[in-house]
Amino acid sequence: MAPWAIAIHGGAGVDPNLPEHRQEEAKRVLARCLQVGVDLLRAGTPALDVVEAVVRELETDPFFNSGRGSALTRRGTVEMEASIMDGRGRRCGAVSGVSTVKNPVSLARRVMDKSPHSYLAFDGAEEFAREQGLETVDNSYFITEDNVGMLKLAKEAGRILFDYRIPLTGTDTCSALAGADHHNNGHNGMVMNGLPISIYAPETVGCAVVDSTGACAAATSTGGLMNKMTGRIGDSPLIGSGTYACGACAVSCTGEGEAIIRSTLARDVAAVMEYKGLPLQQAVDFCVRERLDEGFAGLIAVSSDGEVAYGFNCTGMFRGCATEDGFMEVGIWE
Amino acid sequence: MGWALALHGGAGDVPRTLPAESREPRLATLRRCLDIGMAALRAGRSALDVAELVVRELEDCPHFNAGRGSVLTADGTVEMEACVMEGASLRCGAVSGLSTVANAVSLARLVMEKTPHIYLAFDGAEAFAREQGVETKDPSHFITDHNVERLRQAKEANRVQIDYTQPMKGQQAPREAAPADDNSQTGTVGCVAVDAAGNLATATSTGGLVNKMAGRIGDTPVVGAGTYANALCAVSATGKGEEIIRHTVARDVAALMEHRSLPLRDAAARVVAGAPRGTVGLVAVSRRGEVCMAHNTTAMFRACATEAGHVEVGIWTDADADADADGESVSVAL
Repeated sequence: MAPWAIAIHGGAGVDPNLPEHRQEEAKRVLARCLQVGVDLLRAGTPALDVVEAVVRELETDPFFNSGRGSALTRRGTVEMEASIMDGRGRRCGAVSGVSTVKNPVSLARRVMDKSPHSYLAFDGAEEFAREQGLETVDNSYFITEDNVGMLKLAKEAGRILFDYRIPLTGTDTCSALAGADHHNNGHNGMVMNGLPISIYAPETVGCAVVDSTGACAAATSTGGLMNKMTGRIGDSPLIGSGTYACGACAVSCTGEGEAIIRSTLARDVAAVMEYKGLPLQQAVDFCVRERLDEGFAGLIAVSSDGEVAYGFNCTGMFRGCATEDGFMEVGIWE
Repeated sequence: MGWALALHGGAGDVPRTLPAESREPRLATLRRCLDIGMAALRAGRSALDVAELVVRELEDCPHFNAGRGSVLTADGTVEMEACVMEGASLRCGAVSGLSTVANAVSLARLVMEKTPHIYLAFDGAEAFAREQGVETKDPSHFITDHNVERLRQAKEANRVQIDYTQPMKGQQAPREAAPADDNSQTGTVGCVAVDAAGNLATATSTGGLVNKMAGRIGDTPVVGAGTYANALCAVSATGKGEEIIRHTVARDVAALMEHRSLPLRDAAARVVAGAPRGTVGLVAVSRRGEVCMAHNTTAMFRACATEAGHVEVGIWTDADADADADGESVSVAL
């Protein structure tokens, strides 16, 4: 028997001026969802089932921006995506462009378990959800008042941020600008995913678990990016980028999706452990430091030995973790 | 040092009885595309331009499963996908679910260069194509009689050809039942290049797999799975997409070079050996101008050339290689 461990996140890149009561609410939701996972692990539930159950909780709570409360596309619609991976056998499932499925993470699980494929998107994914009899709701269920307002602000900000739509090379980027402001605590210049931090809301939830048999699993779910182009796919459904699990560890990432994709961040944590022989936290630190070039992101991870680790290079990450020996933590800032 | 390029037209279990009328046009296309790539590199074109140029040619050839000649979904439609990546900058672009764009690889490049995103899919990708004014065709342009017949045979066999996840309960792994007519197991196309300045790039394009569910996304557009380039190497993979995704094949070649300091050939051989037999092929070039074509299938349509004068065109693993190489399944020229 190995010690179990669990880590969860509700997105990285938090407005430093987030009101105290919102911070408290975030922590309450994180603690509640974490407890769901802890109870399941204590009851001997396999890691794969735990990550699915916990991500479903996070998706269903409108506080975090996935499932209900998802970010809106430029057209004001919701296009959700999710993935799940079982470290045993490295089985995986992913979905993108889901617009009516209440819990995208469970659809990703069905793709893994019940289809010959590992990734379905848009109409084909919706059709499969109906075939599988998953709970669906009207697209309006996912759209919250808050996010309609956010989209409006994002569109206004998009006009102000002159270089948001221009592809970025080297250090001449929004993110670099944000980095420059990072240290003087100036929230005005801080930018996440092309949006001022005061408007930006972290968009992703995830969970990584090792159960008492030493099996690792990870799952990630997101509404994507506020004001994204329709059809945009981010890192969350991409195996190796937003989500990865193998025999050694499980990882879920969040933040600027494009930076996470370029660095195949989740796989790289595992690859650094596997090929460089670093322990979990060192692998996480290495990848956050060396891999994210100009991008901002964070990640949570567990190892098959029952360690938990997290890392981020931006202002805050909603997160929580617990281990079998009684350690439990919920936090936002460094 | 010096430029090098390698290209593939898919890997799989191609019978040696492949009739000349199926074999010769493909070999001729490989040779012609190799010549085009070599000429472009000699003329000083960048690795990214060369990879895109060569893949466009392969897409236009109806004998390979990309662009015109793409295989059909279960609905009888075409859903094409592609990805490009540049090594030094880690910039990348990807598209899925295209039904009218003549050259998917070029749209992937435009996503990379003209949007704040990396990956666009389905309606959003088609809308972007129209916004950018790229050449589009009626969906019938992509559908060949040959692929209509393949789909009919696949449906008759009530199964998905080419790839699948592990056998599920109550479902036979349908490996044996491929029609004996030709290379129905293969067809994805890809090209990797390193130019004289040491810039690396990769591009991959595919129609996916015969009789796939609508909405299915394979390894090709998933950065790190079918396609990856960094400062050390550029890789394009082909084969059973679900295996390539879970093994993050392209990224792992780069990860082994980076974290284990393995030479290109050893890294590629290890990754290919780590996947189940009959599932993976890849072409790769290193910054130093090495080239490698490795597969654990019985065949891979492939070709490569280096500035030092090594040229190779081949299908099967042994003495069939067309030129002055020994035709090893893993071959390297310095």
